Amino acid sequence: MLKKIRIRRGVNLNIDGEADKILVELPSSKTIAIKPSDFFTIVPKLLVKEGEAVKAGSPLFFSKNNPRINFVSPVSGFIKAVVRGSKRKITEVIIASNDRDDAIIFDIDNYHKFSAEKIKEILLQSGNWPFIKQRPYDIIASPQDTPKSIFISCFSTVPLAVDYDFLLKNNKEDFQLGVNILNKLTSGIVNLGLDDSFNGFFNNIKNAQKISVSGPHPSGNVGVQIHKIDPINYGDKVWTINPEDVANIGSFFKSGKYTAKRTIAVVGNSVGKPQYYNTIIGSSISNLLDHSKINYKIKNRFINGDVLSGSTVGLDNYIGYYNNLFSVIPEGDVYRFLGWIPFVDNHILSLSRTSFSWIFSKKKFNVNTNMNGEERALVVTGEMEKVFPMDIFPMQLIKACLNEDIEKMEFLGIYEVVPEDFALIDYGSTSKIEAQKIIRDGIELMINEVG
Amino acid sequence: MEALRRLIDQLKKPFGKGEKLEKFAPAINAFDTLLFVPNHTTKTGAHIRDSVDLKRTMVTVIIALMPALIYGIYNTGYQHFYQIGENFTFLDAFIHGAWKIVPMILVSYIVGLIIEFGFAVYRGHEVNEGYLVTGLLIPMIMPVDIPLWMVALSVAFAVFVAKEAFGGTGMNILNPALTARAFAFFAYPTYMSGNKVWVSEATTVDAISGETILGSLAAGNKIDYSILEMFYGSIPGSIAETSTLWILVGGLILILTGVGSWRIIFGGIIGASFMGILFNIWSANELMAFHWLNHLFVGGFSFGIIFMATDPVSGTQTSKGKWIYGVLIGIFCIMIRVFNPAYPEGVMLAILLMNVFAPTIDHYVIEKNILKRKKRWALAQINNVKNE
Repeated sequence: MLKKIRIRRGVNLNIDGEADKILVELPSSKTIAIKPSDFFTIVPKLLVKEGEAVKAGSPLFFSKNNPRINFVSPVSGFIKAVVRGSKRKITEVIIASNDRDDAIIFDIDNYHKFSAEKIKEILLQSGNWPFIKQRPYDIIASPQDTPKSIFISCFSTVPLAVDYDFLLKNNKEDFQLGVNILNKLTSGIVNLGLDDSFNGFFNNIKNAQKISVSGPHPSGNVGVQIHKIDPINYGDKVWTINPEDVANIGSFFKSGKYTAKRTIAVVGNSVGKPQYYNTIIGSSISNLLDHSKINYKIKNRFINGDVLSGSTVGLDNYIGYYNNLFSVIPEGDVYRFLGWIPFVDNHILSLSRTSFSWIFSKKKFNVNTNMNGEERALVVTGEMEKVFPMDIFPMQLIKACLNEDIEKMEFLGIYEVVPEDFALIDYGSTSKIEAQKIIRDGIELMINEVG
Repeated sequence: MEALRRLIDQLKKPFGKGEKLEKFAPAINAFDTLLFVPNHTTKTGAHIRDSVDLKRTMVTVIIALMPALIYGIYNTGYQHFYQIGENFTFLDAFIHGAWKIVPMILVSYIVGLIIEFGFAVYRGHEVNEGYLVTGLLIPMIMPVDIPLWMVALSVAFAVFVAKEAFGGTGMNILNPALTARAFAFFAYPTYMSGNKVWVSEATTVDAISGETILGSLAAGNKIDYSILEMFYGSIPGSIAETSTLWILVGGLILILTGVGSWRIIFGGIIGASFMGILFNIWSANELMAFHWLNHLFVGGFSFGIIFMATDPVSGTQTSKGKWIYGVLIGIFCIMIRVFNPAYPEGVMLAILLMNVFAPTIDHYVIEKNILKRKKRWALAQINNVKNE
């Protein structure tokens, strides 16, 4: 089975600092942290105390709203600290690793005879469940649901994207096994979104419908692929999962041990040696950046994720639960003299024809975090549609979210979008509106009001 | 540059957070950001941003207006010397025009920006750049001999009633520049129509033929301008709307930079041509028989459709809506000209009319998308029930 979709509206941001295809094995991080803030809308309920010994796979906390969903420790060691922020909100659970491989082992013999319910139960207990996310809203899936289909986007089009074919080259069997397991959980089929120009080993994966996708970013966004193939209707649930996490689940069903592999590409202008690293979820950032030759002479921004949708972190922080990218770019807190004049400062990548930067489309652009202007009233129309390939009116949806008009948000397609789909709108906005934040707030409103 | 930056930072100190003059920060910021793009960095959302901003967009429009403005200044002098029968050089004409028009532009900017700054300080938001364009557009579409106090009054009316009353930039229903002209047109009709207002200092001359082409046609007179003159713009009219050629140059800038909507512009041309051809076939009177191609060159049609109809705030916002909006402006423009000889101001009235209907057009375009989604949901529900 092969379906083809073609994305026309969108743009690839051609920026400097892509990772070389070199995979470096990182020494294990001394401390590991699981951050509840990585799980949108999850309220954690702690199961461990500081100083308590844990094994790899020991539950650390569960979701207050859905106690079946466990979050487990990726390593063995002891709980070094439970860091709390304002209102005693838990921000990090830090585990000191003891470098021993003490793991909780689940009985997965004859797993291919397991029922869907049994598979779910074992995924929930073992801490694999948070890998599975649901649309609408891009939150951790609810175990009571049976999704109408499962989508895995096997390529990424974000700036400086990772190559999943390279990243998973040693885990092909695990990936196939993961796909087989996921097949048991849906009433429909498992879909793989593949890059039209190159699809590598994913082409040989069985038990899945392959979707050949062509066109610029955001064509790699799984939400765009869902929208084109099997759009979400009111009440529908579609599950999504990152390719590496499919392999992690596959690995679990081979060994019975919770696998928290995370391959991270460190990318960006400020990285002297951008490359891939094999590590595990929650490793410390300082450990990750040791070999990347970061330019520390300038002020940098460290981003868990890509430069469009990632979250800013400090150097003393930990890598996120889901991201395969870690971006480091210079801060842009500098003034530009008369920089607003059309056709000056063409070294800044612009989607607008009021700059000549499009002439250098082959060039890799350097970027920084400057706003390049100030926030203004929404004036220009039509620019959002150019980078938004869904059959949805982006500006009208944004306005509905600002007005908290739930009925309108529903009918204009809030169930089909997540903030990352609006990342390019953030980028190219003349009025510098924060589309991703508006959509995230809108989704939070939907979860609270509609559920 | 460093020294200049330090100087500005020093000057801005009393306007900082918690300082004495904090309230007036928007005013000083407006001047600061005119010199320097600020050092603000991204806080939420995308970490990197495009170099485009509202200032750059608005300045692009001003650049696009320049050819028409410069020709308008020349044509003002040309009409003046031509009608009084004096010999003159290009420079004479240009200087005469500038002498008349620069004060109008100054008045428009000063009055408008004072009000804009006032509202920015009062409401505590930054000064929006929209008025840079509006303030230039207003004198460009006025008759040259209109008194300066009338310009000031029209500007004040437009900014207060058409813009700020609706919540400021981005919220207005009507195009502010056209509202200013409509205000002058209905408040002081004697200064806005007739034989003498279109030529600079025409009141001092007795025998003058300074009527606009549409005005002559409406009065049932023959016109003796060639199509080339109409296209090139050496005809009487509002200051900068006569030269289709130079307006098209500006239009090209707007389309190539993507700042003006080509859908609205082409829609307008299609609509006006269609209506013009229809009337040509009917040909009941001089105005109806006026060749449809000429219709596109006179009465400020090109200026209106390129610089006024493409105002993104008062126009439609959806791609389909832009086509409909443009076509309807074209149709109504010619219809108003032909059916209502009292108002040769077809373009102005057609655009203002469609400004009012723009949200309705968008509503129906969006409603179609909503209906499609609702149908899909209903179908999915039926299928779900069947499967169960």
